[in-house]
Parts: sequence; C-alpha cells; structure tokens
Amino acid sequence: MKQFDLVIVGGGPAGLAAASAAYDAGCKRTLLLERDNELGGILNQCFHDGFGMHTFHEELSGPEYAERYVQRVLDRDIPLRLGTTVIDIRPDKTVVAVNKRDGVFEIPAKAVILAMGCRERPRGALNIPGYRPAGVYSAGMAQRLVNKEGVLPGKDVVILGSGDIGLITARRMSLKGAKVHAVVELMPYSGGLKRNIEHCLEAFHIPLKLSHTVVDIKGKKRVESVTIAQVDEHNKPLPGTEIEYPCDTLLLSVGLIPENELSRRAGVALSPATNGPVVNERLETSVPGVFACGNVLHVHDLVDFVSLEGEATGRAAAQYIRDGAVDAADLRNVPIRAEGGVRYTVPTHFRPDCVEDALTLRFRVAARSENRFIRVYAGDKRIYSQKKAALAPGTMEEITLSKADLLGDFDALTVKLEDA
Amino acid sequence: MYDVLIIGAGVSGCACARELSRYDARILVIDKEDDVCCGTSKANSAIVHAGYDAAPGSLMAKLNVEGNALMGPLAEDLDIPFRRNGSFVVCFSEEDRPGLQKLLEQGRANGVPDLRILERDELRAMEPNLSDDIVAALYAPTAGIICPFTLTIALAENAAANGVEFRFNTAAADIRKVDGGFVVETDQGPIETKTVINAAGVYADQFHNLFGAKKLHITPRRGDYCLLDRVVGLPVERTIFPLPSKFGKGILVAPTVHGNTILGPTAIDLDDKESTATTAAGLEALLAQATRSVKDLPLKQIITSFAGLRAHEDGHEFVIGELPEAPGFFDCAGIESPGLTSSPAIGKMVAGLVSAKLGLAQKTDFISQRKGILDPKTLSLEDYAALVQEQPAYGAVVCRCETVTEGEILDAIRRPLGARSLDGVKRRTRATMGRCQGGFCSSRVMAILARELGVPLTAVTKCGPGSRLAVEDDWERRGGEGA
Repeated sequence: MKQFDLVIVGGGPAGLAAASAAYDAGCKRTLLLERDNELGGILNQCFHDGFGMHTFHEELSGPEYAERYVQRVLDRDIPLRLGTTVIDIRPDKTVVAVNKRDGVFEIPAKAVILAMGCRERPRGALNIPGYRPAGVYSAGMAQRLVNKEGVLPGKDVVILGSGDIGLITARRMSLKGAKVHAVVELMPYSGGLKRNIEHCLEAFHIPLKLSHTVVDIKGKKRVESVTIAQVDEHNKPLPGTEIEYPCDTLLLSVGLIPENELSRRAGVALSPATNGPVVNERLETSVPGVFACGNVLHVHDLVDFVSLEGEATGRAAAQYIRDGAVDAADLRNVPIRAEGGVRYTVPTHFRPDCVEDALTLRFRVAARSENRFIRVYAGDKRIYSQKKAALAPGTMEEITLSKADLLGDFDALTVKLEDA
Repeated sequence: MYDVLIIGAGVSGCACARELSRYDARILVIDKEDDVCCGTSKANSAIVHAGYDAAPGSLMAKLNVEGNALMGPLAEDLDIPFRRNGSFVVCFSEEDRPGLQKLLEQGRANGVPDLRILERDELRAMEPNLSDDIVAALYAPTAGIICPFTLTIALAENAAANGVEFRFNTAAADIRKVDGGFVVETDQGPIETKTVINAAGVYADQFHNLFGAKKLHITPRRGDYCLLDRVVGLPVERTIFPLPSKFGKGILVAPTVHGNTILGPTAIDLDDKESTATTAAGLEALLAQATRSVKDLPLKQIITSFAGLRAHEDGHEFVIGELPEAPGFFDCAGIESPGLTSSPAIGKMVAGLVSAKLGLAQKTDFISQRKGILDPKTLSLEDYAALVQEQPAYGAVVCRCETVTEGEILDAIRRPLGARSLDGVKRRTRATMGRCQGGFCSSRVMAILARELGVPLTAVTKCGPGSRLAVEDDWERRGGEGA
C-alpha cells in the first residue's frame, strides 16, 4: 500500500464530500475506504426523492444525489478501496483495514476523517415485549430488501416510528403492494416533515396512531400479530386501549445511533448527548488530526448538511496536514453550552482564534415549541437572536455566528431557547 | 435399526450423543426444530455453576460439581470459550446472613472447592459497582461462564464427526415397545431403535409418561433476560446472584464470554411449552431486581431481551436413568439449572448406562477434539493477513457490530451440521448479535445463505419451516400500480 496523508473512513455522503474538499484544499494523498462494494452509503438504497434541495435546488433520489459526489471523487482520481472494512484506528492515527484483495493493511496517516455514519436502534433498545419471530425488521433493512434485493419483508405491515424514515417506508411498502395497517408513534406528534405525512400516509389512507406504542408481538416463527396501546404522559401503556393488528411484519424506525466503535478505539472522546465525538470549530475530535463529519458526529435530518460538514472536515484535515497541529496551549478554548431546551451543539467547544470568518453551530431542540427565540450569549452578552415560528426535535437547526462577535473575553458561549 | 435414538438436540441430548459416540454404535439424534440448541439450551444464563445450590446428596448436586470440573478440559477439547470468572451470592441485610451460611455449608457438603464468605470491604475491592446495601457474599471461585450455543453445537459437531446421525425438523409423537426395542413415531415416519434417550426438555414428561408408572410433571418455567451492549464494558467481572428463593437462583447480573452483560432470569410458571414471549411485567421486574444488586447499570444500553423455558420437574431433581417399566428407555428429564453446567456429567452418566445396557465396545478411533470456527479477531495481524491471502472471504466483514467475516459465515454453513438459517449462522458466528441486532447485516447474511443453500432469498428462514424472512415481490406480475 502506498503512503497516504489522509484516510477517510466511510464512502457515504460525508466521506465523499470530505474527500473532494480535501483534494481541492491541497491534500493530494488521500485514501477513501468504503466497506460496501459501491460508494454512496445508505443513499444507494434511498430510492425516494427529496434529496439535495438545499445544495442543488432540485429534488434528487438518493442514488442521484450520491452520484454527484461520487463523480467529484472520480474526477479527482482520489484513491479508494471498496469492500474494505476498517478494523482499528490507533491513537497514533494508524488505520488498520481489511479487504479481499489487499488483505490486512496498515496505513500510518497524518490525519483521519471519521465518516462511518450511524446505525438504527434495534427492538431491544425499546424493550418491546413478545416473541422474537421472523418479520421484525428495522426500516433500513426493509428498504434494503425491497430496493436492493427485490423482495418484500412482508405483506401486512405495522410500522413503529413516524420520523421521515418510518413515513417513507410506509409509502414504499404500500407502493410495493403491501398493506400498511398503521404507523405508530410514541410521541403526541410525528417527527416527520408535513409533506411526508401527506405524501406517504394520507395519500395511502394509512392511519397515524399518535401517543401509541407496540406492547406485544405474537407468532413464534413469523409475526402473526402486533398489539399497540395508547400511552400516558410518562409513555406508559394504558390498559384497555390495546388494538391488535393481524399482520406478518413489524418495521421499526425508532432512532439512529452514531457508529463510534472505531472512534473509541482511536481514543476519541464522545458526547453523551449526541453519542458522537466531541469536536471543536474545525470538527476536530479530542485526538488532534482526527476529524468527524456526518451521522457519525450527530444524526442529521438532511443529507445536504452532511455534505457541508464533510467538506468542512476535508478542508480542515488538509490544513492540518499542511500546517501541522495547532499549538493548543496558547489558545483560548471556549466551551459551548446547550441550555434551555437545546439538547446539544456541534461543535461542543471552539477556539476563537481559529475561527476563520464565521462559526456554524448545528443543534437540535429537546421538545416541540412555537414562537420562541434561538439566542446565543457570549458570556452575558447576547450576540445572536432569531425568532422561530416552530421548533421540533426532528429538525436540525443551523446558525452562523460572525467572528467579530466571538473575539471578546468570555468564558463560555451559551445557546438556548427563550420565550421573549 | 439404531442402537440409540436420542430425542432432543439440546445440550443434554448432544452431550449424551457425544459421550456415546465413543462406542461402536448406530446413534441417531432427532429434534423437532431445524438445528441443535433451539429450546431451553439456547436461552439461559450461560453460567457454569459452582454447585452450592442443590441439596446435598441429590443427583443435581453430584452432577453439578462433576460437570463444573469437567467443563475446563471439555471446552479445550471442543475449542469453545469458557472462563472461570467466579460468582457471588450477595445478601442485603444482616438478617439474611444465615442464608449465606447455609449455602456455604451446603456447598462444602457438595464438594465445591474454595468457597468462602466475603465481607463488605473485600467485596467492594473486588467488585466496585456492587450495591451499597450489600453486606456480605458467598464467593465461589470455580463458577464460570460459557457460550451455551457453541457448547451445544460443538458437542453435536464432535458427535457427528464420530458417526452420530442427526435429523432435524423431525418431531417424535409416540413411542411403541416392539421386540428388541422401540418404534419412535415421528412426523417424518417411524424410526426403529434398540434404546431411547428421552432428552426432550420441557416435553420430556410426555415421553416418560408413555411408560413410567410414576408420572412426571414438567412445568415450563419462563425466564426473561436482557442483554447489554459490550460498549459499556463489564459492570461486574463476576456473576452476581441474590440469595436464592423457592423459584430458583434469583436474578443475576453476569458478564458473558463475549463481553456483554446479561441480566435475568425471571421465573414465571406457564402451561404453554412454547411460550417464549417476554412480557412487559417480566422485563420490568427483572430490571428492578438487577439494579438492586449492581449500581448504575446502563439500562439504556440494552440491545435485546429474550425468554427461555426451564424444564422444571415438580421434585426439582434431575430424572436420569432407565425406566424399569420399559427397559431400554432412558430418561434424561427435569434438566433445568444447573443443567448446562451438568451436561458433561449427564452425558457421561447416560452413556455409561446405555453402553452397559447394550454391551457396547469403545472405539479405538474416537476423535476427542473439535475445531471451532476460526475467528480472525483472535489472530495477530500477520496471521490474519496470511489467512486472507489464502482465503479472501475472511477479508470481507459482513456483521460490522461483531466484526464477523464472510469466511466465518461460510465455515458455519459448510461444516458438518452447518447452519441452515439466520439463527443458525447467528449462534455459530455471532453475526446479528451485536448492538444493531442484525439491522445492517441480516440481509447480507440471508444472501450468503441463499447462495450457499441454492435457494431463492425468499426461502431463507430465521429458524426453520414457518419462519421465512422475506416474501416474493410479485408487484410486476400483478400488473404494477395500475392493477
């Protein structure tokens, strides 16, 4: 294996964007590693449209969106390996990977970009009782069976989770001739986009059961029925409200978890709020020269932001390789606090001297609310205020702070929601 | 005509088969499921008990202590993971101390080595995460943990290597005495045999009662479990039990040999011998108990919950031996905890009885060792690199949570008594057993199974007939959207 300065772990939207941005920023010795046999990551099985509205101002399917970034990588002739799994990243940034052709190989990199994406939460994470038959799948697995393998997970379906993935899965199953009996949502509202509720549920007459959850799965070998029940304000099922749906399939779309096993091995510190790495303004983790972007950093709602984050890490990694590590001892390092209904921020801290023109903050709120203000305080001084008609946990918020506002002397930046 | 027919390919049946395969004999194991290890053996605490629980003088006590001692060399012969991590029985108040003392004396009477009672400070030093309420514990250093899947599978594979036949998806319905033996009626036709070993788990009472004057009654006693992600590390190094009650050993917190933490089991008596569904109440009770013994258990990191059925015989004793009313019919019944631990001793005992009955001669070419599925994670990088050069399939990682390669999955399918289903692959390789529980790799494992078995994807099952994982997409045949 040749020498490389930068290794990018993951060839999904984050890794693809990072690779070409790093190249354009001067890093010509990059290796992109992808575990699947094609680039594009999960986009390849997302046949629906709606991707790329921010970036390209048109509605693309997942594979179409991926193709644009794949093309950038191919145009630049960036070295890559498919079917290649990274099995270790050492704290000294040696990446150990394996594939069928090259076998096991080690690459001592100067910088590493983590772009491994996320996993779906399994049934066990919710402790759904009942049998464990065939027919209980994650939405992503169902999507893969339908769109990549050409088979159906089943024909009579109940879906738990009404985020966009759950809604789109309901439509896809309906279009494929399956009967979707209900989409069940624990919360009193759907986490999905309004247009998805219209296009994916209402258009197919699929009932959305809000404030309900699955309380039993029957069938020893294959799902025979799924029972749901209404929940109280503590999310406890209410006896007497059960509805049993005879069906053969339960699909779960109950959240995503950043995939950070390799980050841990590299010694990267993780945030309990995001389950992703703690990063600074350059999206650099606690290990200097290791950067993170996309769903491995925090779960995104739109792929456009994943790509933007990927590009930012590509540039930052190129800069790191060119200039070496910043001497952190001399720099002020300011924590960013998420308070008052803000669940987390990315980055989690920043060095005002390293901010180029502006600092982009991405975050999610903890609960739904209306007509509130997103406010940012540098110490006690308010440096940002924006009124939002609606805020929801399903939507990622993005704000940009100008460098000029970040140069004062303060000990923390605080992001919070305020009523007035 | 077979010399021996074993009903049930659980750990007892497979241990009997393996021990009997030392002899020149025609042996057949049948099971109603599509694989070995599909009943009680697959869903339990995976503990190798030290042997202080059973009443002194009981067969259970004897076989537990013997089985515990046999497990080390057996695990080496069969190339399966086994670790003596030791166990604590903890007590939460001074009033309970006599219970601990009684267990200590019972254990000593049973011949359990190195038992002692530890006081608070020593306990904390050994297990910092134990609850502050715990005042003392019985320490049993010989207790261990094992993988019940690989134990059962390895016993079966080794038996098969020594000539034992296995027939799956074959349910015994009735047994008739005939001249020179028995006819076992199954849903796949009758099978003639000189002797029968009844290792039918929760169903063993039904076969016993065909002949036995003294009727057996086996209650399926459900145990719910939760499993924590490996990522949290091990909250405890040893197996932590509360003081036992009349329903058994109580809810334990224990590491598994694969680095997960297991919590459970509940003990709920049922009538239905197939009812392995967990219930909300069961899971709730289990978590409440587990968190009583160990502080700050990361319950948000539960990756799966499941339930198993213990074969609880009314007398809470192993029922092993030939039925005087039906010479040649051997019970291996009531095998509940410590059944897994005792299995090596149960196999030896039953094989001794049956071989004496039939006057079997020992083989000279018995193969005592079995090689497990090679796990590249256990190799140095150099050796792993050499392996991939030779067999590229080991370079393709299929299950990313547990880092299981295509090479391991192919081995699991292609070896004798190989996997035929997704669960079969899971129990042999751990693919789908990690934190995403197969969300990522199930469809990929299904594709490998379909290719290897020469069937369409829609014929691949989770666990045998009736459990197909996918159905045909007949949308186009039906005329598409406009139909």
